[in-house]
Amino acid sequence: MHEHLEQASQPEGLQRLVIEPVSRVEGHGKVTLLLDDAGRVQQARLHIVEFRGFERFIQGRPFREVPTLVQRLCGICPVSHLLAASKACDPFVLGSSAITPTAKALRRLLHHAQVLQSNALHFFHLASPDLLFGFDADPAQRNVFGVLATNRELGLRGIRIRKYGQEVIRLLTGKRVHGTGSAPGGFLHPLSLAARASMQQDIDTIIDWCAASLQLARDQYLANEAEYRNFAATRSAFLSLVTADGAAELYDGVLRVKDAEGRLIVDGHDPARYSDLIREEVKPWSYMKFPYLAPFGHDGGYYRVGPLARINNADVLPTPLAEAARREFSDYGGGKPVQAALAQHWARMIDTLMCAETIRELLDAPELTGSEVMGESSDTLREGVGVIEAPRGTLIHHYRLAEDDTIACANLIVSTTHNNRGMNDSVRGVAAQYFDGRTITEGLLNRIEVAIRAYDPCLSCATHALGQMPLIVEALAADGQPVSQLIRHADGQFSRALP
Amino acid sequence: MNGNDFTFVLDGENIRFEPGQTIMEAATQAGIYIPHLCYHADYRPRGSCKLCTVKINGRFGSACTMPVQPGMQIDNDTDELTAMRRRLVQMLFVEGNHYCPHCEKSGNCQLQAVAYHVGMTDSHYPHFYPLRQLDASHPDMLLDRDRCIACELCVRASLESDGKAVFGLAGRGSRTRVVVNSESGLLGDSDFSADDVAARICPTGALIPKREAYLRPIGARQYDLRDIAHNAPPDPPSPEQMP
Ligand code: SF4
Ligand code: FES
Repeated sequence: MHEHLEQASQPEGLQRLVIEPVSRVEGHGKVTLLLDDAGRVQQARLHIVEFRGFERFIQGRPFREVPTLVQRLCGICPVSHLLAASKACDPFVLGSSAITPTAKALRRLLHHAQVLQSNALHFFHLASPDLLFGFDADPAQRNVFGVLATNRELGLRGIRIRKYGQEVIRLLTGKRVHGTGSAPGGFLHPLSLAARASMQQDIDTIIDWCAASLQLARDQYLANEAEYRNFAATRSAFLSLVTADGAAELYDGVLRVKDAEGRLIVDGHDPARYSDLIREEVKPWSYMKFPYLAPFGHDGGYYRVGPLARINNADVLPTPLAEAARREFSDYGGGKPVQAALAQHWARMIDTLMCAETIRELLDAPELTGSEVMGESSDTLREGVGVIEAPRGTLIHHYRLAEDDTIACANLIVSTTHNNRGMNDSVRGVAAQYFDGRTITEGLLNRIEVAIRAYDPCLSCATHALGQMPLIVEALAADGQPVSQLIRHADGQFSRALP
Repeated sequence: MNGNDFTFVLDGENIRFEPGQTIMEAATQAGIYIPHLCYHADYRPRGSCKLCTVKINGRFGSACTMPVQPGMQIDNDTDELTAMRRRLVQMLFVEGNHYCPHCEKSGNCQLQAVAYHVGMTDSHYPHFYPLRQLDASHPDMLLDRDRCIACELCVRASLESDGKAVFGLAGRGSRTRVVVNSESGLLGDSDFSADDVAARICPTGALIPKREAYLRPIGARQYDLRDIAHNAPPDPPSPEQMP
């Protein structure tokens, strides 16, 4: 939609507007807007330092260590990496046979708890302040404490939904963050009846709260529809996992792509053959690759992943309350995929409700507390691909083994990379709409953040939940001299070093 | 206590000992923990890690090698010694590549446990990031030299308990490496077996069995539950341990 802004025809004559950092631990980010003489946005780029280092780091390590190692990629969704890596390493232990039904139930439970808690963090802690108070609200209020002060019930529910997910993770892995549990070949230990009983205790309440929060997210979106519809707008195809018969599926399944018109252009694609579908392009100005769908070429192959993709792509959701919500969402889209960047939060809360309902089903399933958790086979394979739907979208781990069972090579495509182009496009959209050509305003800075956060909280600092992300916005003339600068300090105060 | 003949003073406490015992042995017998890494009750002390350094009548000495004399005045648990031990442990951490967050020995590792015991919260020194060889050639055992602290326990255990000579140390100072006695230098070509005593002796995650990774959940491991000062060496993992 804004591709013409990405590459300026005459970059020499442009001003540079630098916004940094948009990130902390998970990668340092920076937004560059190149302006022409008239102050119009000619070029917009979101720079992210990505974790490619991990692929090298994994090389030469024993494969059994890898799932636990790679979960250090992320402090928000480590379990997603633990599980994708476990899946990718299963063939090294099991060959082409499947993990036991109990191991699968335990992994699915772990995964849904992870998506539940991560979505809750994303929506309640990071996004809801923007949505509730507006993009121009005082940063001192526009944070989770502001939500707690003005809408205590909502804020507390968000915290408790997240806590429930974390507690399930703790019971399954020994720790709330970075525990162990899933391993190549299955799961390390069975679940005790006592642990299951404690998970069952609160799940009905959690489902009720998720349903209520979904209503709020939907109402909030629809009330501001006129503004949100075009905010950070972009138009893409969508990629996600679905079951063989087209239902949403987070842990397993096949790859599906719907184009912007809602046509199924890829379906039933074996995840192990992801490389036939996805090609990664390198751009000189970014550390992060730009994947596209190879069969549709560079331009036609633009896609996004995440809750919006999952809800747009599924013919049906597996649980009743979430399915009713999906229908309403789909009706809003008029049968076509919903594209709005901020509709991602609405979709995210449908996704969250689906997780909560699925957790209840899994807790009731008899195989969950079985004792056969680890499989073995003498006929093992040397290469494996694990694909799951992580909270922010499709996550791909791919490993090949050396002779001595260490990792010979690894390829990871994380959700953020899939959405790289989408985020760039959304940032360009915001810049084109809100930059007045002269002054970097607080409003512009805030809106760029809001657009990025619609996709990915990993890129915004965790302390941002407290309204404390330091941010520098700088306009540089073509000769490199800053002409305008706006700084937001750690305490949320703004200052200008230059006019 | 009749006379001072068979007692000495450790941190102000009168301790009985048997003639010929080292300070370490006498203290251990009395239930007092002196931090150590290269010492193991079953083997002759080597005195290389210096972690057991105590103050004997005002002078530094290694508790694992020094025989007790009647009437010795020994300081062990003092701020000064703890601070020195912390520095020693920090040096061990930066000399190797010790990534506790994903190490399968985490929670069962004596190096990590001692680090907690002496209050280490950062590495203090710049990391060396040495390049060391991982040896995954053995079917049942893994030798990850990144995590080796050159304590020589595997060397001693293989020699003295197993009647083999699978391991040796080569090089000097921080360049010391554990080497394998086989033509190729690979563990898989040696006569090492997972049933050897040496296979269970390593205080860190350098020499570990394959396929047991993370069997006992993090959080339910030996030193997760109790400080190393109150701990026996780790039990073998038991699968149904859940927090
Ligand atoms: S491999 Fe383990 S036991 Fe052997 S010298 Fe190194 S740290 Fe000590
Ligand atoms: S334990 Fe005494 S020097 Fe190592």
